[in-house]
Amino acid sequence: MTNIGVGLEIRHVKKAFPVYGSKELFYAVNGIDLSVQAGHLVTLLGPSGCGKTTMLRMVAGFEIPTEGLIVLGGRDVTSIPPNKRNIGMMFQSYALFPHLDVWENIAYGLKIQHIPETEVKKRVGEMLDLMRISEYANRMPNQISGGQQQRVALARAIVTKPQVLLFDEPLSNLDAKLREYMRDELRRIQTEIGTTSLYVTHDQSEAMAISDQVVIMRNGQIEQHGTNQDIYSNPCNRFVANFMGKANFISISSVEKETENRAVADILGQRLAITCTAGFTSGVCLIRPEDIHFDEHGPFKARVVHASYFGNMIEYELAIGNIHLSMTEFGNTSVIAPTGSIVSLRFATDKLRLVPDDKER
Amino acid sequence: MHSHIDIRLQRKREFLLLWGQPGLFASIIAILSILIVFCFYPIIRLLITCMTDQAGRFDLSSILYVIQKTNIGSALANSIKLGVVVAILSTVIGFLFAFAINRTTMRGKRFFHVVAMLPILSPPFVISLAMILLFGRSGIVTKQLLGIKNHNVYGFTSLVIVQTLAMFPLAYLNIKGVMESMDSSVENAARSLGAGRLKVFLSITLPLSIPAVLSAFLIVFAKSLSDFGNPQVLAGDYAVLSVSAYTQITGLYNIRTGSFMAVSILVPGMLAFFIQKYWIAKKSFVTITGKPVGQVDYIEEKPIVYSLFALCILLTFVIAMFYGTVIWVSLVKTWGVDMKPSLANYQFVFRSGSGKKSLFDTLLLSLIATPITAILGMAIAFLLVRKRFFGRKIMEMASMIPFAIPGIALGIGYVVSFNQRPLLLTGSAAIIVITLVFRTLSVGVEAGSNSLRQVDTSIEEASTILGANNFITFTHISLPIMKSALFSGLLNAFVRSMTSVSAVIFLVSVKWNLLTVSIMSAIESNKLGLASAYCVLLMGIVLVAIVLLDFFMNKAFTRRRRH
Repeated sequence: MTNIGVGLEIRHVKKAFPVYGSKELFYAVNGIDLSVQAGHLVTLLGPSGCGKTTMLRMVAGFEIPTEGLIVLGGRDVTSIPPNKRNIGMMFQSYALFPHLDVWENIAYGLKIQHIPETEVKKRVGEMLDLMRISEYANRMPNQISGGQQQRVALARAIVTKPQVLLFDEPLSNLDAKLREYMRDELRRIQTEIGTTSLYVTHDQSEAMAISDQVVIMRNGQIEQHGTNQDIYSNPCNRFVANFMGKANFISISSVEKETENRAVADILGQRLAITCTAGFTSGVCLIRPEDIHFDEHGPFKARVVHASYFGNMIEYELAIGNIHLSMTEFGNTSVIAPTGSIVSLRFATDKLRLVPDDKER
Repeated sequence: MHSHIDIRLQRKREFLLLWGQPGLFASIIAILSILIVFCFYPIIRLLITCMTDQAGRFDLSSILYVIQKTNIGSALANSIKLGVVVAILSTVIGFLFAFAINRTTMRGKRFFHVVAMLPILSPPFVISLAMILLFGRSGIVTKQLLGIKNHNVYGFTSLVIVQTLAMFPLAYLNIKGVMESMDSSVENAARSLGAGRLKVFLSITLPLSIPAVLSAFLIVFAKSLSDFGNPQVLAGDYAVLSVSAYTQITGLYNIRTGSFMAVSILVPGMLAFFIQKYWIAKKSFVTITGKPVGQVDYIEEKPIVYSLFALCILLTFVIAMFYGTVIWVSLVKTWGVDMKPSLANYQFVFRSGSGKKSLFDTLLLSLIATPITAILGMAIAFLLVRKRFFGRKIMEMASMIPFAIPGIALGIGYVVSFNQRPLLLTGSAAIIVITLVFRTLSVGVEAGSNSLRQVDTSIEEASTILGANNFITFTHISLPIMKSALFSGLLNAFVRSMTSVSAVIFLVSVKWNLLTVSIMSAIESNKLGLASAYCVLLMGIVLVAIVLLDFFMNKAFTRRRRH
């Protein structure tokens, strides 16, 4: 049951909606090009209203692109109704059929395909085992917990062996602990069956944990596309850096480019050589909270404004002059620097990045 | 400029997508054409008829005739006056009823609710009949208790009483629905800020209820305006439009003047309906979120509770008296002469050929019309709520029109539309079934739409993405989920089919007669005992239908066990 997926291609897709009371159009999706390799899981990540769900619904066939093509395994499916696309989908609300029990929910798609009874029983049985929900086969959806409903929804989506799996924020209705567990389960099962998947979420840690590739979206367009590691450490602009994890942004002056990817700039009174994005001319310096360290000989003097203790780490709010920084300390958590005290700091200079400010769009 | 082209490509794709689902495409086309023929066309014919002469040439002489020579002016004024008075009374009573049931600790809430449903579930003129039996020339109250001879029960006052009793439940249901979904935490907040009961009522509850009150007023107004059964029985010299239109056609055989009179009630009636539907309903402060509403802080103060309780009891007493009289009268030998208990009236119904026939015809035609109405209603609701297609607005309007316009106007419209080839249907059973279906359709569509809107769209999308086409999704997923709406749709269709008068009165024939029409003629020929027996039988059938339907609906949708 492995590698039944095919490639998914989204070619310059736009989706316009009429604006109420106006002749203008609102572009929810505004020119997206994306290809997902067979068997990969790609996440569309972005704030609400960025067009990620609309994009997903166009792949499913629930929305029709205003422009562009959607190609599944080499076949243009743009004008093909959703029930003929052979796609599996998990919905944010699970969308289990409330009048059918767990077994019937999972069997529904197979029955639509007129799979013989014995085969249906076998495959539903396999799914119940894979999801570890065999004992709930005769329960109704409202008689099982959120996590179990989730498994039923996943089983129902994959039992028909779809070419592509779509996930519409499937974990957002679960509580935090269960969410982490189900996230790993989803990933395990997806890797096991090898189905090409497109996953929509606004939660960056979920995106990082689950994906082969992450696509950051904003205002209907792709901001950056790459592996999670790549996007975290080399964000293309301030928006992406801010969306992927926590970030401090420090204003810079007297920028001089050394090479295409390196520039020297004044940062908090120090002149530092820092990696920058390609084509960088002006912007800010990105410092991740974990790249700030206490160092007696460090060049920066800061005042401790506030400290929060989390057990495995301490989060500090520091002030250098009137510039506030957040810092996380993973190393020495037995001593907490007292509020108001003056500390010396060092930045992990190789981790700092110069990124352009956001274009206002 | 550019965006213009974009949308055209999208339209083309939407069409292609529809084209790729031939079943959906065909049903949309089929339903649209049926609706246009049976909902729009009759109204257009009605308008044409009153503006042309025999040969079909443009001619306003019949309109001029009506305006100059008939009592249309006073009839219109009378209709509107009656409508306004009845609407005010019904709304006030309905509001108090709803408030008592929804916001106080009064006892017997369920009982009072059932009492309020009675007039909705019974034929419209049962109360009129009771009015005559109680207060007429040989009425129990007027002649036997008070000894008044020849008391004239016919006229404005009686109509007001009868219509108010028959229509306050509409106002009650409408206001109750809104009160239930009103977030009572707002009222609690006002209480906690120190406002007394009266202050809360005047500053919070009442203002929030105003859209509901207005729409209740308009609904009752439109209903009173289009009411035919009660005025036909009780109006006497107080001319109202629906009766005048009927008289023009059955008494004077003038279909043109009758059509024009029908049009003249159609306009204010439809106006009230659409203002209610599209303007007031939108103004509502209540948003249905599906979220459970907070705990209501029920009013316990004795003076308030007891006075509301007294009002409810009084109303219950009046309703019980009216219905009880009809039942009683049906069970005595000859009303006013020989008061011995007897089944003579029922025996007469079952022995006489015409009585048995109209009973059987009514049942048969209603049983045919009911499932068609309910399924068609659910299908239209599904298309309207879940699908985007060209002609959606037309479908929505068309499905409402036969309900929105007065029954008399619809009936005349059907007569003038379907009395010649190729649509020669008058005199057949088909035309009666069709009338019953379309007259009731809107209620089913409404119930279906409301229940579908509460269901997460993604449940149907889940079915679609698993490979189900629209038909399978509708029958396997949407319909079972709409179970309760389907139930109320079926029930409503049946009750309305069994009890409708105005729309079908011109369409019955020797071959196919209806119970309501028989009741009407029995009342007109003063066979009140017989009329009472018919009414009781009709109510009995409706009651049995409710019980049976409840039983079968539970059975049909209880899941068959696999193991």
